[in-house]
Amino acid sequence: MKIVYTDNNATTKVADEVIEEMLPYFGELYGNPSSMHTFGDQVQKKIKQARQRVADFINADPEEIIFTSCGTESDNSAIFSAIRAFPEKKHIITSNVEHPAINNLYKELQKTEGYKVTFVPVDKKGLLDLDLLYNSISEDTAIISLMWANNETGVLFPIEKIAKQANEKHILFHTDAVQAAGKVPIDVKKIGVDMLSLSGHKIHAPKGVGVLYVKKGLKFSPFLVGGHQEDGRRGGTENSVSIIGLGKACELAKENIPIINSKVRELRDYLQAQLLDKIISSSVNGDLEQRLPNTLSIGFDAVEGESILLMLDREGICASSGSACTSGSLEPSHVLMAMEVPFKSAHGSIRFSLSHYNTKEEMDHIVTAMVPVIQKLRAMSPFWKDGKVI
Amino acid sequence: MWEYTDAVKDHFLNPRNVGELEGANAIGEAGSLSCGDALKLFLKVNENERIIDATFMTFGCASAVASSSALTEIIKGMTLDEASKITNGDISDFLGGLPKAKMHCSVMGQNALKKAIADFRGVQIMEKPGQIVCECFDVTDLEIIDAVKKNGLETTEDVTDYLKAGGGCGNCLERIEEVLEAVKAKG
Ligand SMILES: Cc1ncc(COP(=O)(O)O)c(C=O)c1O
Repeated sequence: MKIVYTDNNATTKVADEVIEEMLPYFGELYGNPSSMHTFGDQVQKKIKQARQRVADFINADPEEIIFTSCGTESDNSAIFSAIRAFPEKKHIITSNVEHPAINNLYKELQKTEGYKVTFVPVDKKGLLDLDLLYNSISEDTAIISLMWANNETGVLFPIEKIAKQANEKHILFHTDAVQAAGKVPIDVKKIGVDMLSLSGHKIHAPKGVGVLYVKKGLKFSPFLVGGHQEDGRRGGTENSVSIIGLGKACELAKENIPIINSKVRELRDYLQAQLLDKIISSSVNGDLEQRLPNTLSIGFDAVEGESILLMLDREGICASSGSACTSGSLEPSHVLMAMEVPFKSAHGSIRFSLSHYNTKEEMDHIVTAMVPVIQKLRAMSPFWKDGKVI
Repeated sequence: MWEYTDAVKDHFLNPRNVGELEGANAIGEAGSLSCGDALKLFLKVNENERIIDATFMTFGCASAVASSSALTEIIKGMTLDEASKITNGDISDFLGGLPKAKMHCSVMGQNALKKAIADFRGVQIMEKPGQIVCECFDVTDLEIIDAVKKNGLETTEDVTDYLKAGGGCGNCLERIEEVLEAVKAKG
């Protein structure tokens, strides 16, 4: 069966060019980049090139790039460094729709270290309450950290605006740009952010490699304490193969941003229009404008997400659902709940996230498959009668 | 992804006895839209209290649909007395087992059946005995004790998997822990 992959916010296909770039370093070029011989040094040189490519991707300097093992490590490192830099400050500001990669760290810090965390709420469109955000800044605030783009809805936060406020008040500002990368242009010099997280596997590099950008001059405490790698800021022998792949992926991502914002956006808009048109009682979650060009979170009233996904799976369609349903806890995702999406559509919310590998034929295939799936599930649903929710 | 048995997949993809039942004389409902799953069970019961037909309408995940479908298959042809002895374990067994985190789907089946039987007999289901522990899903301490004993539950997560208790706002998790400890202490 042909696979239609529209789950790119979960992970992406490793680009062929990236695989090609990595292959020699899996095989004959296995040296340790720190070694005092030419054999290892050729790997060091290639890592240097990768660091430059990553830096170019976000308009940073190469010394500002720290390679990590994933987006989660980058996020954790940023927060830990901030609270070590200001041990007397016990307040953190974030939003109530963050990724678990960082959200669960806040909960831990609240519970075990006595931190006060302000989770700034979003409105029904998933947009941040900026007044509340600015008003919650205090003498005690160690860091403000906000995701740039939401993984579930694609909603974008005005990072540049917030960074400016944070800078004026001399408060550290970190952004989790894991989902924004490759979809919106990133210029760290222009936005003036202190730290920024990236993850390889969301931009067509392998899983298990990430980046933390740390602005020059900022005091940084390592999260992984060990050898002198990454200038003493992250111990552990470099994952040279993946770092080299990530370098190539950043180069490609930079070239592809215009395509994501034209061709991919058009595909997403087409899919959105078709589904809204062909399936009644369906609605888009999140602001239609301030949104990633590749993401569509759409709720179907009176049906449940897992059922939809399993039926789509039989058609070779990969997507994900907004309702966790991973345990007896049947709360829909915390993101949709924070946006006060009504239960009737929150439980039946599906996320399609596209890449430049998708085609219009695939979008048509999804629409053709979705119509009978929703019909079948609604015919079974006690909350659906005579063409509407009861 | 969930590890579902072939029987669960079959009953999900080809559910038996779907839809409203014309001439139903007993109806039982369990769950709700906000809970994320709900079941409406329709029975046609003859003068000898035998279930001559059963259908369902379900909103929920694959195992909720499969549990509902299995339930209707199990009870068709039974007398109400026989049916009233059906437990969530019977539903799960019929399907070759459910993932632990989905056991509450079979409990929903059992609850809807209980209500349908009470509906037929015209008895009000009495106010549940015991004290409400979980406000979100309306679960009492006695229900938790019962589920812990019958299914050998060990942790609060187990209780949530079976009864959903604690799976909403989470405020009652400590209380569930206390109830669990009390049962364990008694042995
Ligand atoms: C917004 C966001 N932050 C962080 C992460 C975690 O990245 P990783 O999987 O590389 O740890 C993800 C991806 O799952 C994400 O979507």
